[in-house]
Amino acid sequence: MKTSTLNIRTPEGIVFSQVLAGPIARFMACFIDQLCIQVVLTLLGLVISLLALVSFNFAVAFYVIGYFIVSIGYGILFEWSWRGQTVGKRLLRLRVMDVEGMRLQFNQIVVRNLLRFVDALPAFYFVGGVTCWLNSKCQRLGDIAANTVVVRHPRIAEPDLDQVLAGKFNSLRQFPHLVARLRQNVTPVEADLALQSLLRREEFDPVARVELFGELAGHFRAKVEFPAEANDGVADEQFLRNVVDVIYRTKT
Amino acid sequence: MIIDLQKFITNERPVWAELETMLNRLEAEPDGRLTLAQVQRFHQLYERTAADLARITTYSSEPETRRFLENLVARAYGEIHETREKRRRLQPLRWFFQTWPQTFRKHIRAFYFSLAITIAGCVFGGLAIAFDPDAKPVLMPFSHLLDDPAKRVADEENSTNDRLEGHKTSFSAELMTHNTQVSIFTLALGMTWGVGTIIMLFYNGVILGAVAVDYIRAGQTKFLLGWLMPHGVIEIPAILIAGQAGLLLAFALIGHGRRTPFRTRLREISGDIATLIFGVGLMLMWAGFIEAFLSQYHEPVIPYSAKIAFGCVELVLFFLFLAKSGKNKNSGA
Repeated sequence: MKTSTLNIRTPEGIVFSQVLAGPIARFMACFIDQLCIQVVLTLLGLVISLLALVSFNFAVAFYVIGYFIVSIGYGILFEWSWRGQTVGKRLLRLRVMDVEGMRLQFNQIVVRNLLRFVDALPAFYFVGGVTCWLNSKCQRLGDIAANTVVVRHPRIAEPDLDQVLAGKFNSLRQFPHLVARLRQNVTPVEADLALQSLLRREEFDPVARVELFGELAGHFRAKVEFPAEANDGVADEQFLRNVVDVIYRTKT
Repeated sequence: MIIDLQKFITNERPVWAELETMLNRLEAEPDGRLTLAQVQRFHQLYERTAADLARITTYSSEPETRRFLENLVARAYGEIHETREKRRRLQPLRWFFQTWPQTFRKHIRAFYFSLAITIAGCVFGGLAIAFDPDAKPVLMPFSHLLDDPAKRVADEENSTNDRLEGHKTSFSAELMTHNTQVSIFTLALGMTWGVGTIIMLFYNGVILGAVAVDYIRAGQTKFLLGWLMPHGVIEIPAILIAGQAGLLLAFALIGHGRRTPFRTRLREISGDIATLIFGVGLMLMWAGFIEAFLSQYHEPVIPYSAKIAFGCVELVLFFLFLAKSGKNKNSGA
């Protein structure tokens, strides 16, 4: 079955997942890489044209060998020195990795790049594209032979919870028994929904945001009925912040 | 139960930061070695971060922290559970005199198979040209091979001009790159369960057999040997070794009679394939150089006997190199 994630289970029983890159993203990265190769070859041509002033024979020989080395070695060199990335992959935040999560080896990089000769057949990576489309891990033939996959590599940063967990007065905390009941009734998915709505606050249209926070606040109010003094003058968004605060922080 | 996310992050952040620092160092310095205490600490940090990931996955669906931890655990997992040899500093002499010939011998059956297919092609090509000389245009793709061999030999021997004058180096470079591309293609076609590799090897054999029989029938055996041997004794084995690598890939794909999983079979041979194809590249560089600077010159410029003797010496040395170099007296490998 075709999936968009690669799940790896460690011997310790921990499962981690990587998001697989699709054929379109990979084709775009490949297109950027081809442009880079063309730029390098143009520069090489300029340098070698100077050599042609000394010896045309040597200049042609250097260009022929240079063309071959650049077109074959570009992928190998970059993927090895940038740990699975080329210029195109880096721009689109893709990365080649071992299919079992192991360290990427030089041999794997060589094999997957040499097998481009077959993946590129008959033109424009048709064979590789079709294989990638049909394969459950979006692998082209070179990836299958080398035991590699291409994954999306999102920018990873430590999450910033300060904006939702600010240590302001929380009217709900005056009723610890109700807070305990709320924590008991709320599922992790519901809690995450509330947290994400606050974290992504700025992404919403103002009208949609008021509507969303209203619905969510209504949902959590129905879970546990707090006394009027806990809700008086508290806007839906603030109520939601209070709910997230008591769920994710057990102590003030 | 939902974990206290802020407390959890505050408590665990130093552990994650320490693990990240160690990972950055390991990735930046692949040749660096950890002390036993550092290894123990690294393992401890990995296990704790993995446990944190399990906790956050089970008790909180906060995706950003989970992604951050997944990334850390994935990187550490690759470093800890990797059992294959870690990359070392480049040792070209060791690779040339030990790794390459040892790898060739390790997969000698694939080479014999590659040789057998090429010989079958040679026999087919030779018989085809012997019984149907009119088939020459079909069997030989190069225009200079379509002429009468006796006429070509007479032209070459009577020529007073050096037709490669002024472009020997570029001709050599073209031969090197073209032949290397053909070899890589022969290897890569191993992914067609070996069908493409077999076709390439057979087709090369057909051309070789057809040319050989054509020249032998015309009484030009000495010219043929003097023309082909200096570069051919390296170039032809290079194509055979590329075929060996392609067949190796095909055998791993098919996995006939083996119980190891598909991925393991491919993992086992990827290093050997890279070694073999790098060796082929070197051989073709040599062959390209010899073809441009020696093979294309005939009597009276260079006596055929000298060219044939050169080819024989090359062949013997190359055979001894592949058969003996890097041989371990104890294991016989």
